[in-house]
Amino acid sequence: MSQAKTVKLRIKRQEAPAEAARYDRFEVPWLPQMNIISALMEIRKNPMTSDTKQKVAPVNWDSNCLEEVCGACTMLVNGRVRQACTALIDHVAPAGEEITLEPMTKFPLVRDLVVDRSRMFEDLKRVKAWVQLDGTHELGAAPRQSPENQEEAYPLSRCMTCGSCLEACPQVNSSSSFIGPAAISQVRLFNLHPSGSMHAKERLESLMSEDGLAGCGKAQNCVEVCPKGIPLVDSIAQVSRQATKHMLFGWLFG
Amino acid sequence: MAAKSAIRSESGKVRRVVVVGGGLAGLMTTIKLCEAGVPVDLFSLVPVKRSHSVCAQGGINASVNTKGEGDSPRIHLEETAYGGDFLANQPPIKGMTDAAPGIVYMLDRMGVPFNRTPEGLLDFRRFGGTLFHRTAFAGATTGQQLLYALDEQVRRYETLGVDDDNGIAIPGEKMVRKFEFWDMLSLIKDEQGVCRGIVAQDLKNMQIEAFPGDAVCLATGGPGIIFGKSTNSVINTGTAASAAYQQGACYANGEFIQVHPTAIPAADKLRLISESARGEGGRVWVPKSPNESRRGRDVPESERDYFLERRYPGYGNLVPRDIASRELFLTCFHEGRGVYNTRTAKNENEVYLDLTHIPKPTLKRKLAGILETYEKFVGEDPYENPMRVFPAVHYSMGGLWVDFERSADGSLVHDSPRNHATNVAGLYAAGEVDYQYHGANRLGANSLLSCLWGGMVTGPAMVSYRKNMGRSAYDASSSLFDGAKKREQAKYDAILKMDGPENPFKLHAELGQMMLIDVTIERHNERLDEVIAKIDELDERQRRVSVLDTSSRMNQSAQFVRHLSNMIVLARVIAQGARNRDESRGAHFKPAFKERDDANWLRTTMAMHREGPNGHGEVTYVRELSYAIAGKTLTVSDSVDVGLVTPRPRKYEQAGAANAAAPAAPKAGDASAKPAVSV
Repeated sequence: MSQAKTVKLRIKRQEAPAEAARYDRFEVPWLPQMNIISALMEIRKNPMTSDTKQKVAPVNWDSNCLEEVCGACTMLVNGRVRQACTALIDHVAPAGEEITLEPMTKFPLVRDLVVDRSRMFEDLKRVKAWVQLDGTHELGAAPRQSPENQEEAYPLSRCMTCGSCLEACPQVNSSSSFIGPAAISQVRLFNLHPSGSMHAKERLESLMSEDGLAGCGKAQNCVEVCPKGIPLVDSIAQVSRQATKHMLFGWLFG
Repeated sequence: MAAKSAIRSESGKVRRVVVVGGGLAGLMTTIKLCEAGVPVDLFSLVPVKRSHSVCAQGGINASVNTKGEGDSPRIHLEETAYGGDFLANQPPIKGMTDAAPGIVYMLDRMGVPFNRTPEGLLDFRRFGGTLFHRTAFAGATTGQQLLYALDEQVRRYETLGVDDDNGIAIPGEKMVRKFEFWDMLSLIKDEQGVCRGIVAQDLKNMQIEAFPGDAVCLATGGPGIIFGKSTNSVINTGTAASAAYQQGACYANGEFIQVHPTAIPAADKLRLISESARGEGGRVWVPKSPNESRRGRDVPESERDYFLERRYPGYGNLVPRDIASRELFLTCFHEGRGVYNTRTAKNENEVYLDLTHIPKPTLKRKLAGILETYEKFVGEDPYENPMRVFPAVHYSMGGLWVDFERSADGSLVHDSPRNHATNVAGLYAAGEVDYQYHGANRLGANSLLSCLWGGMVTGPAMVSYRKNMGRSAYDASSSLFDGAKKREQAKYDAILKMDGPENPFKLHAELGQMMLIDVTIERHNERLDEVIAKIDELDERQRRVSVLDTSSRMNQSAQFVRHLSNMIVLARVIAQGARNRDESRGAHFKPAFKERDDANWLRTTMAMHREGPNGHGEVTYVRELSYAIAGKTLTVSDSVDVGLVTPRPRKYEQAGAANAAAPAAPKAGDASAKPAVSV
């Protein structure tokens, strides 16, 4: 008889950015349809390392919806950035291999697998990623939009601000302040909207500095890792064209 | 005496209000407050963009009638009341359904990428409980798209300054201050019982702070995690609602828990497959032969039992969720006709949800989001194979009791401070955390609507309350806030010292398992008695847990110990409410009491908390309550305002039954004839 199937995990633990990191090993019972999150949930029920048999604090991680629409549980699974909820154990470790979990590296660490992604939300302020509404009172129907316009906008609008694209981008690092693909793609989205486009200029201008569009090194890693398949490289190219046009001819039209 | 300045307190501080929860209802409330010039402190367990509203899939209802079917807000009202088995007060529903078209237009103006018709208009699809195309949608991730639109508007208010009474900007002040990764611990109530703010904890460093607020709105969503695995996000423990309840807020209709018929089973959560799958033509079936060993796609049409279509020819696959879930449960659990699994050699608790007859491009355009979810989590192609699904706990119709002020035309009095007010002065509630709109069973695609409408009403109600309040919370004595903070700090310090033999996460699994089995689709009194006894036992055992982690940095274990305790309190409200209600109505079904009993039970369950002996919470149910608002004391009863749509038995076997003209007037003495509110 074979032994009951288990899931083996090796998890980077760190109390705070300034403190030393270590890796803890855990082994939990395998369950059908299990994903990384359910494995982490099992650890909490008996937080003991599998090799040194030490009682440790349960692992802290970030998660919420568990169906890959909120973006919270983004982390490195075997070195690759992705959402932990869609990382099914049987896919990641088909033969029961040990799985390594680490926090993303491009954001300040909070604890264990949790990082602080607030810079991404600040970037959305900078590029004015919104339609400038007159108010929420009744003002009748919005401008009509073609189905084609909707079909271009919808995929862009599915960005969860998860940070995968920033994590994978070589231009986002400690010595650069490149804004990254996510915010640029939002500029494309709002410049597409009939009323959003009225403020396209301001958004483009927010990306004219060194850390804006010019920061992209065209490595195309972002598109590889985006869980929603957002055409980020296209977005950067499109917004760059809009910016160039605005820079060259913007003064003509005021 | 009203405060002198609308913006500054006597001591010169900027008068803000508190909104707890950054989902659709909280964000909409925030936007309405900001538009009225009232600055907001917004608290959320997660960055607001990651709130549970993102999980809503199918769409939002509004009777825009662009398909020429003769739909109208009046019919939307009738079908909502009928779908809810007449337990909801009808004036708030009328307000909501009348406003719905305008709300969808507003969302379109904000940039929500709704699906379009060839002419560039909004497209609408069908949903449960209606025969009309009434549901606007953005693919199958509508909740996410709506949340993002509001998130963007609130982010804009984060960048806008606050002006004083003379229109001069106040340095350093912004209209919205966000406190993300913060957990509300308790309300701050003064000697008069008026809510003056909240105590909250920063989950990154576990610091506890007291925050004044001229008024407080809870928009903290539902308590699905009490049931262990559900379609809910992990933050939906109901902790803030439970805290408010323990501090005197009334909790209404707690026993009404919606079980959604179609979800994908898994180890960590049950992922929803939206009702829109059926709205777009998806069909539910099981093989006629219980031992069918062929794959779903290989079973010929003549050998399939489309049991919903067979039993409910009028609404077919789009019967409301309470009925669909019961039918699925009956088919799998009682009849043993769930899909046969050749590996396990048994009939699983699963039925087929079949979309394979619909052209792939249509599916991609309208349902890609959920089909992607199915593919990612199950590893099968739903374009080629019928999906396998089973019911899952999804939504709470019950929640914090809130008031409303009925207008002459049967709707809501605009700007009344009573709308969405709880019985704790200064405390409001909006969204799934309130009990207002859905009665005994919510119709699909009405939740996004009720969140937005709830916010649109709650914001102005808070503005009215704040305008007429006496002293600002910012002028209350500092000892009020210091005392509240100290109390919560002491409670938290005690949690950090807990070193008993029980594991809080295991206790939660026990709680969830029991609630899931005995307090969902079918309820039996003898089982409910056992559940209540078991809740008492869990309440004892949770006092002997180990906190597992004593770190002063982010400490999710210590936080969970608190949430568990609050979940146990609400579990008791839910289970006891179910035990008491000896009838069947909407999502509450007792095989021993199969009929709806309007004479005895057409009334709101109103639960109040009382500290019992041994420190156990006790639930007391009241028939009326008195509360103070706008300088008056109002007494409200548990009778339901059904003055707009007369209660009648539900008959989804018949097409159009949900909006047919009401039959003969109710018998004399029927509870339905009484007004809901007496002043």
